[in-house]
Amino acid sequence: MPKLHDLAHCRAGDKGNTSILSVIAYRPEDYPLLVRRVTVQAVAKHLEGIVLGEVRRYELPGLGALQFVCERSLGGGVTTSLAQDAHGKSLSYALLEMNV
Amino acid sequence: MRPLLRVGAGAGFSGDRLEPAAVLAQRGGVDYLVLECLGERTVALAQLRKQMDPARGYDPLLERRMDLLLPLLKRHGVRLVSNLGAANPIAAGEAIVAIARKQQTPIRVAIVTGDDVLSLIDPDELTLESGAPIAAYGELVSANAYLGVEALLPALQSGADVIITGRVADPSLFLAPIAHEYDWPLDDFDRLARGTSIGHLLECAGQLCGGYYAEPGRKEVPDMAHLGFPFADVDAAGNATLGKVEGSGGCITLATAKEQLLYEVTDPFAYVTPDVVADFSTVTLRETGPNRVEVRGAKGKGRPPKLKVSVGYHAGYVGEGEISYGGVNALSRARLAGEIIRQRIGKEFPDMRIDLIGASSLHGRSFDTRNQPYEVRLRVAARAATAERAMVVGEEVESLYTNGPAAGGGTRKYVQEQIGIVSTLLERERILTQVTLREWSRDAQAA
Repeated sequence: MPKLHDLAHCRAGDKGNTSILSVIAYRPEDYPLLVRRVTVQAVAKHLEGIVLGEVRRYELPGLGALQFVCERSLGGGVTTSLAQDAHGKSLSYALLEMNV
Repeated sequence: MRPLLRVGAGAGFSGDRLEPAAVLAQRGGVDYLVLECLGERTVALAQLRKQMDPARGYDPLLERRMDLLLPLLKRHGVRLVSNLGAANPIAAGEAIVAIARKQQTPIRVAIVTGDDVLSLIDPDELTLESGAPIAAYGELVSANAYLGVEALLPALQSGADVIITGRVADPSLFLAPIAHEYDWPLDDFDRLARGTSIGHLLECAGQLCGGYYAEPGRKEVPDMAHLGFPFADVDAAGNATLGKVEGSGGCITLATAKEQLLYEVTDPFAYVTPDVVADFSTVTLRETGPNRVEVRGAKGKGRPPKLKVSVGYHAGYVGEGEISYGGVNALSRARLAGEIIRQRIGKEFPDMRIDLIGASSLHGRSFDTRNQPYEVRLRVAARAATAERAMVVGEEVESLYTNGPAAGGGTRKYVQEQIGIVSTLLERERILTQVTLREWSRDAQAA
């Protein structure tokens, strides 16, 4: 089973306690597969225990990208989290571990 | 037809590398150089420094950055826009004039103030994060409104060489010189949205050029040790082509541009700044040459009636301690060490976190369970009300040397004051901004 890492690249960003994960297809022809497989439910399940709040997905066919906005994902917020990676900058590679 | 306006990004955060800005000023042919140096929490930390010394409270690297850049700005006719002012833009402006005087370089600095709204904040106002009132979080340190282009235009019109601000929405630092040079009306929301998309692409500087992107074997980026910072060539309609200085490291590709366009955007259909609500979903990116990507098509939908205010509050202290284990059963020894700490001080520090670095510290678990790590570093972090209490965490980890599992080595301990940030909204009309000029010339000295 291919990993998301085989098909897409990902960048993590943060706003307060929200992690924003951009999933971008390397090849435009893989975008429909991402839309089918990398669903809100699949991401929430894969990142269970990390993402504690709602997950929203935005589809951006023009860019071949999906934008995931994951609430309550950064240990209470970048500025007061006890985590080493308070920004969740490494979360992009946790998502890329997902099987698709 | 006038040549395109070239705007460069000379810093993407407070601690960013110094030399790429000099490269842009010297060899980049930029008209404007923008230094974005103010993170979510940076203003609050600067406010603490200002409380200790009223002459401080601006960016700690200001002197080093400006010492390097001032002669280049003059020589190459580049104007600089930056939020280096942090919690004390006036003192920042005066510090820049002092550097210019020392260098015998005539200068005019325009300083934008009015973002500091601590006196306007009602502690009963609700926060956007939790809906709880601001007062519930703790003693306030700072409150700064995100200013937009409107506040910067008078500073640009003053003819100043350097424009210094405190808190300004990051893309607005770039949009302001574009809107100023092309004389865009502030209700032309499509053009403001296009300028905002350009500002957003540039604001993290190196991140557009392969920084925060590279992965050996998968996403190769050349010569990262000399990563160049980007510029945009912008036309009067707000279409732009991204580029970087010839010979600098890194790369600008469709992939780096897509990652940066979406970076930290909580709604790609409605990216809100003080200037415009921008729709990035309509943006088209096209590679037009090596390290050249064209950006078009963002759309605007009005602007928000209220501005976001970032409120800093005292959030106590965090104490940390670390110790490493290697070789056979490193993971179980590190785990035992953590268990010892939890039994000893877990009750007095209910807000405590125990991490196994090398195994599960980043994501709480490993997505790859095939291998046992050869080495593991235990990290304990806990919150405390005072610095003295926070010290205990590191002390307890340190005492694992002689009281813990076999072969624990390399302990470190830290205590850090925590400043939390929450946000609220404030009516635009209540935020009064002002421009103050400070200058030095040889004539002034003679007189």
